[in-house]
Formats: sequence, structure tokens, C-alpha cells
Amino acid sequence: MTRTAGVIAGGLLLAALLYPIYRMIAASMAPDPSVFAVPLLPTAFSFEHYRALFDERDFLVPIRNSLIVAAATTALAIPVAGACAYALARLRMRGRGLILSMILAVSMFPQISIVGPLYLLLRELHLLNTYPGLVLPYLTFSTPLAVWLLTAFFRQLPRDLEEAAMIDGASRLRAAWDVVLPLAAPGIASAAILTFLYCWNEFLFALSFTLGPERYTVPVSIMLFRSRYQIPWGEVLAATVVASIPVVILVLTCQRRIVAGLSAGASKG
Amino acid sequence: MNNAIDPHREERRLAALLIAPAAGLIVVMALFPIAATVSEALHGHDLRLPWLGRPFVGLANFVEAAGDPRFLSAVGHTVLFALVSVPIEIALGVALALVMHRALRGRAAIRVVALLPWTVPTIVAALIWRFMFESYSTASFDWFVHPRAAWVPIVAADVWKTTPFVAILLLAGLQTIDPAIDEAARIDGAGPLRRFFTVTLPLLGPALVVATAFRALDALRLFDLVYVMTGGGPGTATEPLSLYAFVALMQRLRFGYGAALSMTVFLLTFAFALIWIRTVGHSLTDDHV
Repeated sequence: MTRTAGVIAGGLLLAALLYPIYRMIAASMAPDPSVFAVPLLPTAFSFEHYRALFDERDFLVPIRNSLIVAAATTALAIPVAGACAYALARLRMRGRGLILSMILAVSMFPQISIVGPLYLLLRELHLLNTYPGLVLPYLTFSTPLAVWLLTAFFRQLPRDLEEAAMIDGASRLRAAWDVVLPLAAPGIASAAILTFLYCWNEFLFALSFTLGPERYTVPVSIMLFRSRYQIPWGEVLAATVVASIPVVILVLTCQRRIVAGLSAGASKG
Repeated sequence: MNNAIDPHREERRLAALLIAPAAGLIVVMALFPIAATVSEALHGHDLRLPWLGRPFVGLANFVEAAGDPRFLSAVGHTVLFALVSVPIEIALGVALALVMHRALRGRAAIRVVALLPWTVPTIVAALIWRFMFESYSTASFDWFVHPRAAWVPIVAADVWKTTPFVAILLLAGLQTIDPAIDEAARIDGAGPLRRFFTVTLPLLGPALVVATAFRALDALRLFDLVYVMTGGGPGTATEPLSLYAFVALMQRLRFGYGAALSMTVFLLTFAFALIWIRTVGHSLTDDHV
């Protein structure tokens, strides 16, 4: 009895989570005048909006920009954060608690409170509207996040194996590289996936530090589809579907790693 | 090799070396800018009036903000949004976590469904919900024209997008609860509701504290959703603090005043974090290392 009620309530909850995504996809494939009036089970399909997206709006450019920036940020943040996290998790050092709280505090910084000075800094360095001009600001939130996650992951690993390697004569760095790294691979993958997701989804910095369509990321570019008086919903929704494809692929292939990363991020370091 | 005075000198040195790149990056790209924001807030700095220079004005920017009705209502909007959306997200997050935890089959599929809203970009969530509420609007009632009603799509989008995040944090908490406790309560005759309120919910306490803190901090810096869904409108009826600060900074180019406004976002989140840790957050800092 309660079991059935639970299943029904759960089903409704999951349906509510899926419904907006379904609406987005259905409307993006509706022929133009009926975008707002798609029946629950659509009967007419059209890929016109997707064609317009790539033929008329050159949507490949923002996709390329977003991929470059997210990938470059992840590739830089993970090794830098990994080295730091290994030291915080494993090595004797002074001020560990202070450094960890500092990193947590920085990862909680509201982006808006540093956007002004970063703008002036990037302008001074002639980095506005460039890839480094996005990667550097993105490192401000991705590095602390990755340090936090990786420290939690490194701490979960047993010390015995690397200690055994060091007794066998390996230096600490060698032991870290040969023993800890392979063991930590799942945790590193979690941190990398989350970093990539946060960069792919980021909006405020991209809006502030890019100046033209040649460097707009996907979120900024979709925002600028609208003219003053109306939003071309068919194309906007087609673009949101395309913008979601990479994250959906990540969710389908790596859901375990994402859940593990989110849980570790909330652990008490 | 080991030094007699400090036997771990090598190790400390290695630690410093490994930490240096991350620390350098954080100092240059996060701590320096926050210090610069504090400095900007104390100066008159208008990029559109460069001939005025950058005179020190003390607290004049904050005094101006205190008398600026748009700022005061933005503070109200921000706090109210957090007070309304976070409890809904926590309540629905508990429900979703229980669904994920109790599911007998299809766990992977359920996890994928739950993760999707959280992983789509915020602006995608914002556009989907704006589209849905536009389709629910009629000639006589437009969700985005009514100053109070315009909050409904914003809260709905936020709840939809972040409930899964809350659920996943709580799921980790649920998994650490020993099923034997629940079983014991059941044998003693406690019904499902009673068990939920007297066993599950208290044991979920620490996870709830963490999830609420993450959500509230995020809600207090609300920006993307509003920027996309209403642009702060109608008028400035849905404008949160981050958006007003953004307008002052990047649109009006008033860097001094904008810095003061953006500092208030920082101070608001900081104040919340302090209060939260002082009152309920001991579980965050206890049993450490």
C-alpha cells in the first residue's frame, strides 16, 4: 500500500523532472508557426530550426569556443589542483587547515564580486575577447573546486601501497606518480568532468569578457539570438538542445563519477 | 639526508612546491581581485568619465547605496528568493533522494533522469522555463508582465534545476544510515511517517546542513536565471543584487559604485556562512582530520 504510493509519487517526481526537457526537444522540432502549440504527442516534425542554427547563425563557432575554453581550463586546473591536493592530503605541512578553509572560501566567492577587477586586469593585459581571457578567470572557480574534490579523494586512498613503494626505494614523487595516480584515476575523472561541466555552463564571465561573436561561448551566443522585440523560439530551443548534448553525453556515460564528485565535494574535507 | 632540527624538512619543502602553482593562481586571480574590489568600492571610478580620475571617496559609494531604493529592493529580492526557493528545494530534494535510495530497480536510469536538470546549463534551464511560462500566458494574463507573478517562473526554474543537486548530496547521507535502525523502529511498531521523522530525518541532519548551506550561498548570488528570464523586469521587480551590481559595472561602467554593490553580495554570503556555521553548522567543522 505505502509501497505503491511511494512508487507513484516517485514516478510523478521523475516525470516532472523530465517534462521540461521533453517540451524543449518537442518544440525545437516543431514546424515554425506551431512552436507554442505542440501537442503532447507531436505529429509533425521539422529540422528547419536546426538547419537555420548552423546555416544562418554559424552556431559551430560558439560550440568550438566553448569546447576550447572548457577543455583548456580542465587540462590546466586538474594537474595544478592535483599537485596541491596531494600535498594537502598526504604531506606533513604547516597551515593545512588554513589553506583548506581559504580554498573553500574562494570556491564560494560570488563571481560578481570579482568581475570588475578581472575585467580591468584582462583589459590591461589585452586579453579581453581571447581564449586565455576566459581560461584564466575560469581557473578562479575551477581550481579551488578541483583541489577540494581531489583532496577528499586522495584521503580515501589507503596509504599502505605508496608506503610500500617508498620502502622499496621509490622516491615520494615516484610513489605518487606510479601508485597513487592510477588508484586516484576515478576521482580525478570525477573532478575533471565536474570542472568541464562548470566551464561549459558558465555565463557571467563569458558575458563580461567576450566582445564579439568570434569568441562568444554557447550560453552567451544563445542569449544574443533575441532581437529587441521577440525571441526566435524555434532556433533558441534548437540551440538549447545542441548546448545540452555534451552534458547529456557526460551524464549518460559518467553518471557514477558525477554523483561521486558531488558527494565528495560536500564531504567534510 | 634528514635534518636533525626538522626531520621533515624535505617533505615540507616538497609540499610547498606542490602547492605553489595552485596558491599562486588563487592569489592572483581571486584574492587580488577581491582586494581590488574593496579598493574600487572606496574610490570614485567611472570608466565613462575618465577625466575625473579615481579619487578616494571613503564610504561615499556605500552611503549612496544605502539611499538607493533600487539597491534596497534588490537586497530584498535576493533574500526573499533564497528564503522561498531553498526550503522548496530541500523538501523536494529529500523526496527525490528517498526515491533514488529506495528504488528497487532502474537505479541507473533514475540517476540519469535526476542528473539531467542539474547538468544542463543554467541559461538552458532558464530559456526552457521562460518558453513554458510564455506558452502558459494568455492575452489577459502574462506571467512576465506582472511584477509578483514574474517570480514564479524564476523560482520554478531554480527548483527544477537544483533539486537534483540537493537530492544527490542527501543520497550520500542516506546511504550512511544503518538500515538496522529503521528496521528496529519498524519492529517496535513505528509507521513509515513516524520512522521518517524520528529516524531518517534526524540522521540526515549533517547532510541537510551542508545541502542547505550550498543552496543558500548559491541563491544569494542569483544572476543567470534572472538575466535570461526577465532581465530583472518588469521594471526592476525581479532584479537581484548580483544583477544590479552587473548593470552598474558592465553597463553603466560605474566601477566604484558597482564594486560597492558587488561587495554587498560578498558580505551577504559571508554573513550567511558565519551565521550558519555558528548556529547549526558545527557538524561541518567538527571531527576534522
